[in-house]
Amino acid sequence: MKRRSFLKGTVASSMLGVAASAGLLTPQSVLAAWPKAAFEAKSVDGGMEAALGSSDAIESGDIKIKAPDIAENGAVVPITISTGISGVESIAIFIEKNPIPLASSYDLGPTTQGFISCRVKMGKTSDLIAVVKSDGKLYSAKKMIKVTIGGCGG
Amino acid sequence: MAKKKIRIRAKMKGDVTEIKALMSHPMETGLRKNKKTGEKIPAHFIQDVICEHKGTQVLVAHWGVAISKNPYLAFKFTGAAKGDTIKVSWSDNKGESASAEAKIG
Repeated sequence: MKRRSFLKGTVASSMLGVAASAGLLTPQSVLAAWPKAAFEAKSVDGGMEAALGSSDAIESGDIKIKAPDIAENGAVVPITISTGISGVESIAIFIEKNPIPLASSYDLGPTTQGFISCRVKMGKTSDLIAVVKSDGKLYSAKKMIKVTIGGCGG
Repeated sequence: MAKKKIRIRAKMKGDVTEIKALMSHPMETGLRKNKKTGEKIPAHFIQDVICEHKGTQVLVAHWGVAISKNPYLAFKFTGAAKGDTIKVSWSDNKGESASAEAKIG
């Protein structure tokens, strides 16, 4: 990276940061709309409604959540969601007891398989809920994860 | 400031391609406080991650602050061939962005 543009970028972004934190500027992505309302919802149902259009999910045994039973460090909890449901349109991950339950949502392309792996933060022991949207219907599965040291405070 | 880097590993197994990506990013929640000054550290996190194969979006991830620092993402898709290029790019709430490409091997 060129030093000049790097410096410029740093100054500009720090100014942007100030504006954003003051609430003057709403950050917006150009390509895909970041579901702002879904990431502001304080409940799982609210987040589901905003992210996936409904909070009506059928429990499914065809969604597997691979995650530790006990997470020693809540700042880094590795999770893997896999599902055998065909035609998966999107996958959302909720952590019930986090300040903002929606951790992430994924829009899958037609050739993408129902498989997502990532690492999340957990404030305290909570249920992790994976919601899979397929053919307009919602399916969910949950798993309890015990957290010994939370990853949200400071 | 951390370097904006994405490490991608793309591997084919049969006709399924598995992509693993590791990004360097602080992923600040905006809830943490600076211990010395007591001031809140402003939120700084990746909002969108877009993974493209031959110009087609195979995965669009929307992330909140609950994704861990230096995020890791893995997913699988079909329909690719060896030597194809895969592109991963992210943009965060401060308008910063980065992208990287890798060849499927």
